[in-house]
Formats: sequence, C-alpha cells, structure tokens
Amino acid sequence: MNNLKRSLREMAKFPSAVGGGIVIAFLVFLAIYAVVSIPYSEAIRLWRGGEEIWGDNPRIVPPAWTNFFRREKQPTTIIRNSRDESPMTSKTVTEISEDMWDVVMTFDFDYNFDAFPQDLIVFMEATFVEKGPFVSLFWITPDGREIRLGEVTAKPSETYRFAQDERLLRRLKGVAPQIALFADPEKETPTVLKGRYQLQIAAVTFEESADLEAKFVAYGTVHGLAGTDHRRRDLTVALLWGTPIALLFGLLAALGTSVITMTIAAVGVWFGGAVDELIQRITEVNMLLPTLPILIMVGTFQSRSIWVILGWIVLLNIFGGGIKGFRAMFIQIKEAPYIEAARSYGASSWRIIFLYLVPRIIPVLIPNLVIGIPAYVFLEASLALLGLGDPVLPTWGKLIDDARSNGALYNGQYYWVLEPAVLLMLAGLGFAMVGFALDRIFNPRLREV
Amino acid sequence: MTETALPLPPDAETSTRQPSHAAVKLARYVSLKLLSLLVAVTIGVYLTILIANMGGYVDEILKGQIREEISVTISMDQTKKNLTVAERSRLIDELVTLEERRLGLDQPFLLRSLRFLSRAMTLTLGRAQWLSSDSGSKLVRNIILERLPPTLLLMASSNFLLFFVTLFFALYLSRNYGSLIDKAIIALSPTSAAPAWFYGIFLLLLFAAVLGWLPFGGMVAAPPPEGTLDYALSVLRHLILPVLAWLISGFFAGVYGYRTFFLIFSMEDYVELARAKGLTSRDIERRYVLRPTLPNIITNFALTLIGLWQGATILETVFNWPGLGRLLYQAIGLYDSPVIVGSAVIYAYLLAITVFLLDFIYALVDPRVRVGSGGAKL
Repeated sequence: MNNLKRSLREMAKFPSAVGGGIVIAFLVFLAIYAVVSIPYSEAIRLWRGGEEIWGDNPRIVPPAWTNFFRREKQPTTIIRNSRDESPMTSKTVTEISEDMWDVVMTFDFDYNFDAFPQDLIVFMEATFVEKGPFVSLFWITPDGREIRLGEVTAKPSETYRFAQDERLLRRLKGVAPQIALFADPEKETPTVLKGRYQLQIAAVTFEESADLEAKFVAYGTVHGLAGTDHRRRDLTVALLWGTPIALLFGLLAALGTSVITMTIAAVGVWFGGAVDELIQRITEVNMLLPTLPILIMVGTFQSRSIWVILGWIVLLNIFGGGIKGFRAMFIQIKEAPYIEAARSYGASSWRIIFLYLVPRIIPVLIPNLVIGIPAYVFLEASLALLGLGDPVLPTWGKLIDDARSNGALYNGQYYWVLEPAVLLMLAGLGFAMVGFALDRIFNPRLREV
Repeated sequence: MTETALPLPPDAETSTRQPSHAAVKLARYVSLKLLSLLVAVTIGVYLTILIANMGGYVDEILKGQIREEISVTISMDQTKKNLTVAERSRLIDELVTLEERRLGLDQPFLLRSLRFLSRAMTLTLGRAQWLSSDSGSKLVRNIILERLPPTLLLMASSNFLLFFVTLFFALYLSRNYGSLIDKAIIALSPTSAAPAWFYGIFLLLLFAAVLGWLPFGGMVAAPPPEGTLDYALSVLRHLILPVLAWLISGFFAGVYGYRTFFLIFSMEDYVELARAKGLTSRDIERRYVLRPTLPNIITNFALTLIGLWQGATILETVFNWPGLGRLLYQAIGLYDSPVIVGSAVIYAYLLAITVFLLDFIYALVDPRVRVGSGGAKL
C-alpha cells in the first residue's frame, strides 16, 4: 500500500503521466457511461436493428454542434407525427357524405436555418378494408403561397418522397423540392425563406372505420452529437460503445500476453536445461510466424468474433520478444540469496516461481503492460480496417473502415473519420504516456538520462 | 570489411592478427544461423498451413468447389441429358470421388499437410481462385512476385529514411541533452504508439483531401506517364505520403530509444578518458559511442524491420499501394484462400530473410561474435 502511494506520488512529478492519467480516467468514465446508459442488447439493437430504428436520421451528416462554427446554420431533422399530441400538429375528421370522410392533417414547423434540408419524406399508415384513402398534399410557405405537392392513393404503408415525384419536379421547373419549397422566390440564388411552414395532408377515406396517420420528416444536414453514417445510423452509439470494447480488448490482450510470457520465462529460467532450450527455440520459430496474415486467416476462415481474435493474439504473442527481456531479469534474480534460502528450506519449484521469482518482476511488468495496451487497441482497429472487424459489435476501427470504404475522405465527410480516430488517438496516447512515465519510475537507469 | 572502415575498440584488436581464424568463425556462425533459421522457417510454414486449414475448412471449400464444377459440367453436357436423376447423381458422385482422389483429398490430413508443406517450401503455391496478376497469370507465385517490388520499394525507402533520420537526430540530441528540443522529443515519444496507417489517414485528410497537393493513393498516376523520368517522378509523388506516415509513426520513439543508448554509453569511463585526452567530440562519437552501441542499434533496427512486414499490410491498404499487403486485403475480400495462404508463406520467408540478414550484419559488427566464444548466442 505504501509502495503504491509512493509510486503515485512519483507519477505526479511527470506532467505527461498526469495528462495520460486524466485521459485514461475520461475514457474509463466514457466506457462506464456507455455500458450503463445503453445496455449491451440495446446497443446491438441500435447498431444492427434496421430501418425502423434509424430511418428518421439523415444520411451521412456531420454532428449538430458543428453549427457553432458555421456562419450558415445547417438544419437539424424536423419530425411531425399525427399521432403526437402537439400544438404544431392537428388532425380533423369530417363526414362529407354517407361513404366519404375528410381527414385533414396539418403539420406546422419553424424553419430558421440558412441551408436547405437533405430530403423530405411523408410516411403514411392507412387502415382500411377495401379501398385506400385518396391523399393530397399541400405546402404553405411563410409568405402565404400554397403549393400543390402531389396525390397518392394510400396503401396500408405508403411513403411519399418529395424528390421522386416527377410531376412535382416539373411544376417546380426542375429544381429539387427540398430547395424549391424553402427558397425565397424573390432571390436569384436559392436562399432560405425563414419562418413558419405548413404541410397539409388532406385525405378522403371511403370507409367508416378507415383512418390515416402520417409522419413528416424533413431530414437535416446535421445530426446529434456525432453525426450519422451511410446507413443513417447515429455514430454516437458506436463511439460510446467502442470505448469499453477498445479498453477491454487492449487490457485483456496486454494482460494475458505479458503475464503468460513472464510465467513462461520464469519457468524456463528456473528449470533450465531442456525446458529453457525448448522455450528459446519456440521463441525463435514464433518470431518467424507472420502474425497479421495468421490473424487474417483466422478472421477469414474461422471466426470474426473479437474474442476469438483476442485469443489468437495472446497465443501468438506469448512467445514474443518480451520473453528475452524477462529471461535476462530472472537469470539475475535466480542467483539472489533469498532464493537459495527458499530452496534450502525445501520450497517447491512452483512455490519459488510464483511466490518468489514472479513478484520481483512486477515493477517491470506494469510499465510493459501499460505500454502494450495501445498496440492492441490499434491492432483491433487495424483488423477492422482490413474488413475483419467483429460482425456484431460496433468498434472504432469499424467506423474508420466504414468511412474509408465509403470514400468519406474523398467526399469531405471528415467528421466520420476524425471522431473515431481522435478517440483511438486518445486511448493510444493516454496509455503510452502513463506507461512511459511508469517505465522511468520503475527503471531508474532510464531516469538518469 | 568493417576492419578498414571503422577504427576498432581495444578489445577487438586480437582479431586483426588472425583474420583467417575470424573468417572461419564467421562462416561457421553464419551457416549455423542459416541452418537453424531453415528449421525455424519449416516449422513456421507448417504451423501456418495448420492454422490456414482451420480444422479442414479449406478442404471443405475445395470439395464444394469440385462438386459444383462437376455438377455444372454434367448438366451442360448434351449427351447426358437423358439420364434419370438417380443415375445423374450417381455419376456426379463417382466423378467427385475421382477428382478428390486425384487431388489427394481422401488421404489423411497429416500426409496431406506434409505435402502442402513441401509445396509451400518450394514456393509451389497453387492457383488463385479469383485473383489474377496484371499479366493475366492465375498462379499464386506470379501474382505475389508481381506485387513484391512495390512493397519492397515502399518499405525500403521508408525504413532507410527512418533509420538514418532517427540516428542523426538521436546523435544530435545526445549532444544537446536536456535542451528544449530534447524534452519535446521525449514528450512526443508516446505518439509512436499509433501505427503508420493511422497517421496516413490524417495525412490523406490534410494533404490530399483539404489541400489537394498530393494524390489519394496508388503508385503512379493513371494513366501512367510516358517517359522514364516522368514515371519516376510520379512514383515519387505517390511515395511521399506513405513514407511520411511511416516516418511520423516511427520517428519519436526511435529517436528516444537511440538517444538513451547513446547517453548510457557516453557515460562510460573510457569516454571520459577520451574526453580528458582532448579528442574532438566528433571522434569520441564515432569511436567510443557509435561503435559500441552498434549491436544495440542493429537489434533495434531488426525489431522495427520485423514489425514492418505487418505494418505494411495496412499502410498499403490505406494508400492503395499495389503491394503484397493490398493483395492480401483483396484476397480477404474475395475469400481467395490460396492467395491468403501463399502470402502468409511469403511473409514467413521474408521474415526469415530479414532475421538472417540482420544476424549476418550483427556478426560483422559485434566483436564478441567474431572473436569471442562464437556460436549462436543472441
């Protein structure tokens, strides 16, 4: 306990260690927050669920907070649903004749942005037995113009996409509806006319029990905390959940590898002879094994599960270069008088290895372990970049891979690459900074220079 | 050869008196190393094959392929049109067994794996399933040989540049140790935790996407320029970003590592003595600091070189560099197992060659290996 306190006090002398510690604390907090606020099953549902979960999100848009840095404010997504009780929506049903009813819905919304929305869609759900309701849509601008949009005979589930209505496009003289409907008619270049817009949906139903519900979505060009990807998914989920996965993966891989490597080195040194020789030869062969191609083969032929890959990484690394360093240290410790004392009172070999040899190395092990973490975090991202990411879990590496394969850099969607990259960088730097400081504390020879 | 090139530290003097003896030692050391490496490569390749086979998975792919091919041939065959369903399936079964026996798929796995091994060791890597080389060959060996030069170009230029730049900087820092720039480099050394491809993405973002100065990837412009000089310039332009990415990721930790070596060695007593004798700092550096740290530097360099073959795979993918790494990436996308296994075997060989070359250089510069007890002691 005293030792720990002293180490912590030593650490406080290194500004980089303090910085790294803060970064790690932030990431750990983020990881805990992610796991608590979005349970695992919910995260998987949000990330892999389907159109009904992310259908209302715009496609490939930057985060909403980018508006702070823009002169032209980008619109966020506006949704109006006739099922919601809201002063901005209204729905009235009036009987016209014996077998005709008028359903009129109005959706009001304020549009005070400087840019046009990405897309306009009305989703309708009609309940009827034989004949679907006949729907007409109208657009009322802040300056009072009324624009006829289109007519559809609703099926039980009907989608009216403004941009795909050829007749509307012709009426708007070929200008895309999401621009023409919001543009100020007085201006030469398309400029947004700010104010309150109204969408009117007037339907005629032909059955007593028939009904129509509608949802209007004006897709924005910014979204949420982190933006969206090519499948309209909110990146926040993946960024949040990538944190615990990356930390756990890095920690487990580094811990597994270094502890097993150390144990093997201790066993080799203690028993010596053939055992030591065998371990040395295995290390030599292992150095020639192409780790990444083997991991690629595992990913391609066996399983892409992150935990299977983790197992293989540990397996391939336990006979790595680290064994030599540990071996050199154990050879020194083996000659120490207290080991001889232990032997003379009859301690078993395993007792000596695990209770007397290994604990002596732990001060060296800890910096090694911490420095090792970023390498594994990046290794996971590297594999994801090769298309071998875990098929279920959202990880940072998979985000970068998605972004890259969809040409995010080429198309200027930098947020998509930068967000996961910055988090990766934070994780890498945080652990590396703390590890370097630990190394200098525990290895005094380095401290002198 | 180093005898004339560099002045020797005192303890190596004996070797110059018996050059023939030293040569024999060196030859024995090298041949011993070569032999042990050959054994190691064989075992390594065999393990790779075992892993690649993944409990018979590769065979299953092959069997499925055979069955499908034969079924298609028979269903297309006009003369077999009148056969009943039972007859046809019996015919297919017969042909499939025949083909499987021809390919040796009916033999026990141990036997087959040994045959795979002998084929892999002689680089008979089989035929690719989907990929082909630019010249149209389906042989895995030809595909890989075609991709090897770009990889070597990228890796050789990146690593030599990195090696000399870091060495130069480390020497400079060990001279000015404690200065502001020294402290800055130490503080920046954790940035090397990120691999080269990671910096590559940032570089692409900055220089290709935002500024538009340099290309997004590839090795030459499309279509390739006509003249040799223009072609070389185009390749050079495409080389800048990947090499820079490699440099950034290796630079700070490299400088830090070498600098520490130099500082440790320049605190030795014999350096103090040399300084007291009034030697210039250039001479001290060359004779008493650089020379004894050489084995350490080379070991360090060896480790980077070994790590390089892995880093290259993803760096090439990010920069669309038409090398081995990107081939591997394409092969993964197409599930082209012969190419994946073939690349893994080639990587094992490349690693072995790297290790051997470095052992050899090590033997040349380390007086203990040349003069001392000899034998493989690394």
